[in-house]
Amino acid sequence: MLDIDIADLKRISELIHQKYSYDFRNYAMSSFKRRVLRIMELKKLSVDALLKKLTDSPAFMNEFLDELTVNVTEMFRDPGFWRIMREEIIPAIMLNHKQFKIWHAGCSSGEEVLSMCIMLKEMGIHGDVNLIATDLDVNILEKAKLATYPVKNMELNEKNYIRFQGTGNFKDYYKEDNGNAVFNKDLLMNVSFRRHDLVMGDLFNKFDLILCRNVMIYFNQTLQNEVLKKFHESLFKYGYLAIGSKESLIWCDYASRFIVVNNEEKIYKKIKD
Amino acid sequence: MSKFNLNNSYKAVVIGGSAGSFQGVVKILSQLPKGFPLPIIMCLHRLKHVRNGFVEALSIKSVVQVTEPNDKETIKKGCVYLAPANYHMSLELGNHFALSTEEMVNNSRPAIDITLGSCAYVYKDKLVGILLSGANRDGALGMKHIHDRGGLTLVQEPSECMIDTMPKAALAITKIDHVLKVDQIVEFLKELDKQYR
Repeated sequence: MLDIDIADLKRISELIHQKYSYDFRNYAMSSFKRRVLRIMELKKLSVDALLKKLTDSPAFMNEFLDELTVNVTEMFRDPGFWRIMREEIIPAIMLNHKQFKIWHAGCSSGEEVLSMCIMLKEMGIHGDVNLIATDLDVNILEKAKLATYPVKNMELNEKNYIRFQGTGNFKDYYKEDNGNAVFNKDLLMNVSFRRHDLVMGDLFNKFDLILCRNVMIYFNQTLQNEVLKKFHESLFKYGYLAIGSKESLIWCDYASRFIVVNNEEKIYKKIKD
Repeated sequence: MSKFNLNNSYKAVVIGGSAGSFQGVVKILSQLPKGFPLPIIMCLHRLKHVRNGFVEALSIKSVVQVTEPNDKETIKKGCVYLAPANYHMSLELGNHFALSTEEMVNNSRPAIDITLGSCAYVYKDKLVGILLSGANRDGALGMKHIHDRGGLTLVQEPSECMIDTMPKAALAITKIDHVLKVDQIVEFLKELDKQYR
């Protein structure tokens, strides 16, 4: 059975860090190991062969990155979360700012930012919001920009949308083409997609709301702590941070600068600079 | 002398189950000795998009409150944990959980193989793995990991299972130390408990 030990995983993350300036050294070990094993299996590579390819080929590094990052997502994941967004969080932001900014950190293939745009459109405020969607993987950003997904995913997405109690008809947002659901590009008109690395990247803007759901679960606690600090700095005072429903930040140094707005859906509010 | 020849070196019990395992799990949890010394880590197949209700249903008769851990939550002795809906649940070295939204494994998320495999990695020969009734092969490979790392392996007796695919798949690919009915699994856990008194 294919296996890899921690020493080899460390060799891989050290090599990538030195050669390509990506830092996976503080990723959670259990999932990092599964990702690497998955790549070794897919590409039929031993540890040594993998290290050699990573050393020799930037193109392979690109492929590696694509497989390493987890890009499993769905539209309107956790419909209850989206209802709270629509009924509580967005209206609360609008009390203070008629126009505001949202950051989708680790946007992957774009299902979440697209869900947000649909929701904002149904709320009639689509034009008032600037959205920035970032990921460290350029390939996945290209997919996100296309807003095109396999039709077979639509059953689940529509179910979520119905549980969210969207006010439109989900099928009106896309056209079927050759087994794909191609979403209306106007939905993404206020979204700018950019490559950004949460671990290595600098801060670039201030936001009223940051969504980073099920991204930090792939980090260890040291890194979660660092990233929370970055989110804190990137939020306006009284801005909101949403993480995944089974994530927690209570052990982070900066946790005391936030209050819990919704514990079930893990929505926090920055209350101290 | 215990009929299972147990000792007090074990650090955790991990349970996997799918179709037909609910009643068995309820029975095990309701007859668990008070103050059972080890954490019980459960991965049971469940509806992916129903977050609430399952842990409550399991807790009604359980001696110990069942919880769905958050990512990075520390594992405590005597607590009973359940893999949350739509997340894989692993253990990390350093005694905490790690959740993930990776691809489904064996058409499942949470997948039993992931929970069992990571427990085997962390606890090695200090682990008891129990696989109950179920309709697919998820968990079989996890049981093999547990056995290969020196842990103790138990499956529910196939004749008692509502659907026996899961325990049979494990029996086919690895050595299973005990094939037991649910009542005997309860006896086993009572014996195990005594080792720590």
